[in-house]
Amino acid sequence: MKKKLISALLCVAMVSSMLVGCGSTAAEVPAAKEETTAPAEETTEPEAEAPAEETAAAEGGSVYYLNFKPEVDEQWQEIAAAYTSETGVDVKVVTAASGTYEEVLKSEIAGQDAPTLFQINGPVGYNSWKDYCLDLSGSELYNALSDKGLAITGEDGGAYGVPYTVESYGIIYNDAIMQAYFALDGAKAASVDEINSFDKLKEVVEDMTAKKADLGIEGVFASTSLLPGEDWRWQTHLANVPVYYEYKDNKVSDMAAIEFTYSDNYKNIFDLYINNSTVAPGLLGSKAVTDSMAEFALGQCAMVQNGNWAWGQISTVEGNTVKEENVKFMPIYTGVSGEENQGLCTGTENFWCVNSQANEADQKATLDFVNWMISSDTGKDYMVNSLGNSAPFTTFGDDEKPTDPLAKEMYRYMENGKNSVTWNFTTFPSQAFKDDFGAALLEYCNKNMTWDEVKDLVVTRWAEEKAATAQ
Amino acid sequence: MEKTLKKYFLIFTLPTVIAFAFAFIIPFVQGVYLSFCKFTTVSNAKWVGFDNYKTAFSSGQGFTSALGFTVAFTVISVLTINLFAFAIALLLTRKIKGTNIFRTVFFMPNLIGGIVLGYTWQQMINAILYKYETTIVSSATYGFWGLVLLMNWQMIGYMMIIYIAGLQNVPGDLVEAAKIDGATPWQTLIKVKIPMVMSSITICMFLTLSNSFKLFDQNKALTNGAPMKKTQMLALNIYETFYGKTGYEGVGQAKAVIFFVIVALIALVQLSFTRSKEVEH
Repeated sequence: MKKKLISALLCVAMVSSMLVGCGSTAAEVPAAKEETTAPAEETTEPEAEAPAEETAAAEGGSVYYLNFKPEVDEQWQEIAAAYTSETGVDVKVVTAASGTYEEVLKSEIAGQDAPTLFQINGPVGYNSWKDYCLDLSGSELYNALSDKGLAITGEDGGAYGVPYTVESYGIIYNDAIMQAYFALDGAKAASVDEINSFDKLKEVVEDMTAKKADLGIEGVFASTSLLPGEDWRWQTHLANVPVYYEYKDNKVSDMAAIEFTYSDNYKNIFDLYINNSTVAPGLLGSKAVTDSMAEFALGQCAMVQNGNWAWGQISTVEGNTVKEENVKFMPIYTGVSGEENQGLCTGTENFWCVNSQANEADQKATLDFVNWMISSDTGKDYMVNSLGNSAPFTTFGDDEKPTDPLAKEMYRYMENGKNSVTWNFTTFPSQAFKDDFGAALLEYCNKNMTWDEVKDLVVTRWAEEKAATAQ
Repeated sequence: MEKTLKKYFLIFTLPTVIAFAFAFIIPFVQGVYLSFCKFTTVSNAKWVGFDNYKTAFSSGQGFTSALGFTVAFTVISVLTINLFAFAIALLLTRKIKGTNIFRTVFFMPNLIGGIVLGYTWQQMINAILYKYETTIVSSATYGFWGLVLLMNWQMIGYMMIIYIAGLQNVPGDLVEAAKIDGATPWQTLIKVKIPMVMSSITICMFLTLSNSFKLFDQNKALTNGAPMKKTQMLALNIYETFYGKTGYEGVGQAKAVIFFVIVALIALVQLSFTRSKEVEH
């Protein structure tokens, strides 16, 4: 009997020690993750708080933001630490590696310590994550939006995603090289203002290619990065232009099936990009976005298609030769009639959502945090100067705008009366559609597919993916 | 004593059983269950029966073409890896100078992680293809042979070590006896050495076969399926189904179950086949 008791006790001891072992490793995992992202927030937290705030922190829950942009990870860690030291509320920021946001979100949100603040890219993203989006229509964040129409609304009229920045993209050009070209004999234009249509752009670009030795460049356009996963500038951003015109013709903002009526316009500009580039079309499959931006920064090319966020990349390339005042924007012309009045492509695909399945204390802490970001002086300063966001909120004054050259250009285009092209790619059916489109473009560059095949693929894949996601 | 052991058998194996259940059985059962569900995250699954399995084999999924590519790749790489590894092992079991250095050098690639290797080889292959104004992703053939090359480079060293161990265990008197009987080196190899190292061949075949079939990181890093998913292998196809498309997690899971069944079947058939050829010492 005694023996039995002892053996039973031993067994219990073994099992419990094992369970304890399991428990402690489970607790260590998130801690280890934090270590890599934000060591600062943990150290500043315990002592720096006033007693009153400590109680607020104890009952107020915490914030966990899953950040979308790897390029501003450091800034977010700094913001998290600043907010914690100011209010005592724990803020954890984890950044997903480029192109893996959906994957990380999917695995993180299933966990116990799920993100309380995450982002979606528009209506399509909302469709995938609607079970997790809190209605923000009563929040200060939503009420501060300067244009309520920018928010993502659900079928019940609630606001489920609130944009925190507005961005523009177009063709970025190096004005120094353009001026050098205009000074040459027989230049096809005298100033950039004359380039207001695709025909003129083509004329100028092809002439520049012919004279590239005189201009000291390797090509007019930076390489069209088609490395898988690096092709978003073409299958998303550039593709937005023809889709925008097709929607406009049909007076709709989304379509279950497209005809790709402006595919020839897409081909126009795409051919111009790949045939007047720094590298041969066959090599584009090995180029990444950073390669293109580096070529531009080093003055090897005169133009590159990208958005205002690219300034950070251009300015940090080692040995960059492009001066701040020479970085300018030009709209993407594709040969559509009336494009003289076309402006940049302006919109947003960054919407903040609060996790509706988080507990209430965490939700409140999160709402307080985002409200702090857009209304306190410190928060606003971070938004504008560290993150470079052009925040679409009434809480931001006219002088609280980013001051980098591309942001300035963006405001210039917003105010010069040109028609901005809206961001319709947020209605593109799925990532799979975009990836297939990108792959087809690569095949086109390698001459394994004709343009008609690319066009067919876009039309059929669009319809297939729209049908699949509508289920 | 026997009786008491039997009585307490469960209690004493309990910790291990629990660990095994947590780490293997429960996730596996849950995985199979999820393959019959539509879900975004594991906590909100809805039962849909065999729908996911039907979708997995539909044409737009690329599962069957990925299967074809994987089989072709596996056949080629199993053959080449084992041939080269065995040949090098034969060379390095002769008494030539510096065998240890050579063995180390050949083994080293195996220590490098797959993703790093994939990117490195992508750079190297592209550097050569650059001269012809093309890249590895411009044709599926380049991607295929690139993968075979990479896999060979990585696996040969490991297999070589196993073959060397096997060859060193071939009894010297047998080889000597064959020599005295007038066998040519080729005959000695075919009739004496290979039957004696059959157990190494079993292991090597199993390792190369399952590793080639399950290849993921090298595939992702080298071509990522480009062009047009023509170089996409099964594991990558499953990964992209699961993560690439919302609403297709269940389909990805179903594919993973099918994948498991295929791998298990191949491994069992191959093991029993090569085992039957093994000779007892």
